[in-house]
Amino acid sequence: MGRSASQDVLITLVVSAVLIWVMPLLISTYTLTVLVIYGMLGLSLGLIWGFGGILCFGQAAFFGLGAYTYAIAAINIGESTVPMILAVLVPAVFATLLGAMMFYGRLTDVYLGVITLVVTLILFKFVNSTAGPQYVIGKARLGGFNGIPGFQTLNVPGDPDAYVWGDPFFYVCAVALVIVFLLVTWLLRSSFGRIAVGIRENEVRMGLMGYDVAARKTVLFAVGAAIAGLAGALFANWGEIVTPNLFSLGQSAEIIIWCIVGGLGTRLGPIVGAAGLAYLKFMLGQQSMVDNTLITGLILVLFVLFLPRGLVPAIASVLSSIFGRTKRRPNASRTRRARHG
Amino acid sequence: MAETVLETHGLTMRFGGVTASDNVNFKLKAGELRCLIGPNGAGKSTFFKCVTGLLTPTEGHVYMRGQDVTGWQPHQIASLGVGIKTQTPNVMDALSVHENIWLAARRFHNVSEAHGRADEIIDRLALGPIARTELGQLAHGERQRVELGIVAVADPWLVLLDEPAAGMSAQDVDRMTEIIHELTRSAAVVIVEHDMQFIRSIAETVTVFHQGAVLIEDHVDRVMSDPHVRAVYLGKNS
Ligand SMILES: Nc1ncnc2c1ncn2[C@@H]1O[C@H](COP(=O)(O)OP(=O)(O)OP(=O)(O)O)[C@@H](O)[C@H]1O
Ligand SMILES: [Mg+2]
Repeated sequence: MGRSASQDVLITLVVSAVLIWVMPLLISTYTLTVLVIYGMLGLSLGLIWGFGGILCFGQAAFFGLGAYTYAIAAINIGESTVPMILAVLVPAVFATLLGAMMFYGRLTDVYLGVITLVVTLILFKFVNSTAGPQYVIGKARLGGFNGIPGFQTLNVPGDPDAYVWGDPFFYVCAVALVIVFLLVTWLLRSSFGRIAVGIRENEVRMGLMGYDVAARKTVLFAVGAAIAGLAGALFANWGEIVTPNLFSLGQSAEIIIWCIVGGLGTRLGPIVGAAGLAYLKFMLGQQSMVDNTLITGLILVLFVLFLPRGLVPAIASVLSSIFGRTKRRPNASRTRRARHG
Repeated sequence: MAETVLETHGLTMRFGGVTASDNVNFKLKAGELRCLIGPNGAGKSTFFKCVTGLLTPTEGHVYMRGQDVTGWQPHQIASLGVGIKTQTPNVMDALSVHENIWLAARRFHNVSEAHGRADEIIDRLALGPIARTELGQLAHGERQRVELGIVAVADPWLVLLDEPAAGMSAQDVDRMTEIIHELTRSAAVVIVEHDMQFIRSIAETVTVFHQGAVLIEDHVDRVMSDPHVRAVYLGKNS
């Protein structure tokens, strides 16, 4: 990162302010809200995969866990502040335990993929099977495949009757994404972030330097889960219902595709990939000529073949060649390595 | 009498039916410069891996400065002040020379001090002109030198170098020799090498490995003239 930290923050704030102002003129805020939420979910995987080399096939598990935690807590508590906090903490704690088990167990990347996938599958199956009245947490019925509707949605902290919905909810989500983005920027500039990138590049060497690789990967994994959990809670508020589909493997696969298409190893890529592909899906959903998943699959294949580094790095290198700046030479091996593990 | 920094008792490492390290008893004193030689597959790298925690020995014990470190993780052993250059380069390819060395320094120092130390090592290893270049774009000799910088910047008191001069130009080897001599001022150094000329120029005591076990350990001149050693190693007819 060549720019100074304050420049980085300034650019982020200016660009996002413009986008938050302009975008509602083009797309309805209802749709924009979910694009922003998916952007945050994409960023959560982009952080741990693109900068930590942790390919998690179950990022949707943390997303779903955040959403369900919010819904269950909101029904029991009736005010949204504590449920929002819990929706970040529960996935983070869950990821800490899961991550510690995987990273201290020194599992290889393949097994890591398999385990995160299986955990997602188990959650999906479990939540699906909780239709009976015996599955209750406090006042909340889990509802199985029907999901949980009718929980308290976001309110102004301290005032349960002052609901935040519609346009204001969009602005809350957008600002939340900007804050998360700035926190990720700060994290990546810190020693912790630079060490994480070192681990992505060569775990053995970082271990031989004296870094506790397992501990650091566990922490990064938990940070990613916390962000995914926040996205899940916002999603629950947006949809006003949570269903087991949040945990589905399809959802997990989509997050991975967002990251590849947008550009791994960048902060912006996964957000752009998520919002772009989700919007495309939304547009395609309004017609019945071509199948949705087919198009997503086609896009993925085209990107892997022709733009393997993703959209954002490609645009960045085009821009820098137009403006004649000397950029770092692209390094194919890094992207490839990051992508496979 | 100088302190013993590294000692192994009956160190044995088996891979299935292969005994890569066979009952190795090894002792190294502070400030010593030791060369390990032996034909391909003699178990030199395996010995290094057992010492640094990359492998857990099947039997036997490893002691560092008197402490039993058998079964410790690599990062725990490294944190004591032990550095290793592995046989195949272990560096961060997508990161710059400076970032690679800074990361090593950061483990033991705060951010700004780590920068200072990284700059100092980069100067000493004459890596200045390529400090901002990614490792993936460097020549083999340069990468070896960076890895040496990664080891040196942490101020280790025990340094293990697995074939540091392999594939290097004569000029690179001269520079490497200089750096190794600098390292021995503050650390005990063990070097695995095949280049006999290099060993003669640098070593006093040489340990010869053969089929996982220590064959002989003596002054370099006596080792080189030992008929047994010549048979298994120099003559390459074992
Ligand atoms: N992970 C492993 N699994 C199985 N066998 C192994 C493993 N690592 C090493 N070996 C075997 O152990 C023996 C010693 O190997 P080692 O790499 O220690 O030799 P070396 O002395 O370093 O040789 P070289 O000079 O070629 O580097 C060899 O027979 C090798 O095939
Ligand atoms: Mg070897």
